[in-house]
Amino acid sequence: MMEKSRRRFLKVAGIAAIGLGAAPAMNFAASDSHGLAKAVKNKNENALAAKRWGMVIDTGKLNDKVAKQITNACHIQHNVPDFTHEVDTEKFPDTRPVNHKQEVKWIWKEKFHYAFPDKEDEFLAEKFHHLPFMVLCNHCKNAPCVQACPTQATFSREDGIVIMDFHRCIGCRFCMAACPYGSRSFNYRDPRPFIAQTDPDFPTRSKGVVEKCNLCAERLAKGEQPHCVEASEGAIVVGDLEDPESDIRKLLRENYSIRRKQSLGTEPSVYYIV
Amino acid sequence: MLEIAVKGNKNYWLWIIFLLIVIGIGSLAYLDQFFNGLMITGMSRDVSWGFYIANFTFLVGVAAGGVMVVIPYYLHDYEKFHRITILGEFLAVASLVMCLLFIIVDLGQPVRMLNVLLYPSPKSMLFYDMLVLNGYLFLNIVIGWKVLEAERNQVEPPAWTKPLIYLSIPFAIGIHTVTAYLYCGLPGRGFWLTAILAPRFLASAFAAGPAFLIILCYIIRKFTKFDPGWEAMQTLSKIVCYAIIANLFFFLCEVFVVYYSGIPGHKTHLQYLLFGYHGYNALVPWMWSGFIMMGAGAVMLVIPKLRSNYVLLPVACAMIFIGAWIDKGLGMISGGFVPSPLHHVTEYAPTGQEIIITLGVYAAGFLVLTILYKLATTVKEEVNG
Repeated sequence: MMEKSRRRFLKVAGIAAIGLGAAPAMNFAASDSHGLAKAVKNKNENALAAKRWGMVIDTGKLNDKVAKQITNACHIQHNVPDFTHEVDTEKFPDTRPVNHKQEVKWIWKEKFHYAFPDKEDEFLAEKFHHLPFMVLCNHCKNAPCVQACPTQATFSREDGIVIMDFHRCIGCRFCMAACPYGSRSFNYRDPRPFIAQTDPDFPTRSKGVVEKCNLCAERLAKGEQPHCVEASEGAIVVGDLEDPESDIRKLLRENYSIRRKQSLGTEPSVYYIV
Repeated sequence: MLEIAVKGNKNYWLWIIFLLIVIGIGSLAYLDQFFNGLMITGMSRDVSWGFYIANFTFLVGVAAGGVMVVIPYYLHDYEKFHRITILGEFLAVASLVMCLLFIIVDLGQPVRMLNVLLYPSPKSMLFYDMLVLNGYLFLNIVIGWKVLEAERNQVEPPAWTKPLIYLSIPFAIGIHTVTAYLYCGLPGRGFWLTAILAPRFLASAFAAGPAFLIILCYIIRKFTKFDPGWEAMQTLSKIVCYAIIANLFFFLCEVFVVYYSGIPGHKTHLQYLLFGYHGYNALVPWMWSGFIMMGAGAVMLVIPKLRSNYVLLPVACAMIFIGAWIDKGLGMISGGFVPSPLHHVTEYAPTGQEIIITLGVYAAGFLVLTILYKLATTVKEEVNG
């Protein structure tokens, strides 16, 4: 019995060994006819680069009209769903009613005491009550969301941009609990019925994944400025925080600026000139 | 040994069928969630974890509570717990099955679940939670099964189970500590950002787990010929008593720090839960009933006459169990999200469908528990009878 099973094992092992030997040969044959499918890095020569991307928002230059322009530019071109959009019932029959508390947003305006709850002040200067403060992902140097993500679907790029792989995200929403700025949204439902016109230059998301501002990494790679910068009429500037000669470093040198919840040590890369 | 589970009386089968029906209804509700997304829940952009994660957190505690019978029996040779140790271990197994199911139903993309293994992320607490939860589940299945099998054959359990049993003790502490670390390591959530969170989780776990075990002992006494032993139940009730008092004490420590320091980022959450915030107060009556139940239960267990009263003991245990569920299940998770990091107030309440899915998960856990307890009690009946 023992002898027999051993012989059987050797036989199976032998067949397996042949298989192992055959695999590389077959791969070789396959590669010969089609060529190795190798990913090629294609870097645009005009791409904008930085050691650490940052943003400066000059709040004094903003008003409600510009704020709306900024949000629209970003949301429309990133295929962010708008739950107030009337659904095309022919294309998307059986779309259920919307829960507006489950909305998705990347950049939007807040009042001062919501954007800076730790700087709430009884005697705040009058004009601050009316200024729109644009809030978005802070692309923190020490991003709590990156630390929390159990699959590295959210990660920090070398140039400081905190970005997401929508196809790896499992939708656990740990990052949303971790973010101290409420910058993240979850797709509680399929967003596509609520996109008026799909922008083919950016992927739409599926239900069940988290999303947020990506500092228009896809545009920087083509040498273009982020949508919010273009729509802001000069109020928003992005640039290299590590380069002392950059525009944003110049702005920060010449103006007093604040960041959101600085005391938490997350090192936000978005500065507000007030 | 599993063949025992298919031999039962009418009541047993009626209960199993009932559980299967609830599981079926829950599964249908879940299928709808699977295809349409978590939009069917009451969760929102501001409150991004709800009933599923809350029940997960609570049940991790019930699972960890099983260690309160393992420590006295295996470390202190407390013979009275010989009969109920297996009940504690199997309760842990059933609770962990529910925990894992709750995690799965909470995921937005459950089919990508294995990404957690494909891209292990040692900086994420969820990674460690997965390790300790699965480890503790595995340990309890192996230990419980081997020890029960040995008892059935009336031999000593294999020697290699001993180190596993000792290993299961730090794992029990570990599952609830790491689960607390999911919350208390997040910089922007003042309500959870407290070092007392893990000790408090453990204290409420060591109350809720054994309290439920006492209630289960009553049920076993009623429906089987196996007697877990009144003295063992009395010792358990003392454990529940100490643990629930520790939980209330830790909570009061938290209340002191929060209100005396008066730091708004920490205070607003407790204010919302206990008194309401800017007119939002959906959880206020729940929280007070929870604390009153835990407090009254503690008083009943402190007084020897009441504790040893056969009728009152399960009442006190039920009060503590429900109180701990409200504290951890309802308050702990919602409380951390309200108000939001921008100090907006969005309240949360589970939807009907969310509750049905939750009940389905509970029914699945009770099915596992019923089958395991059926095995345990039948073997014990055989051996003792």
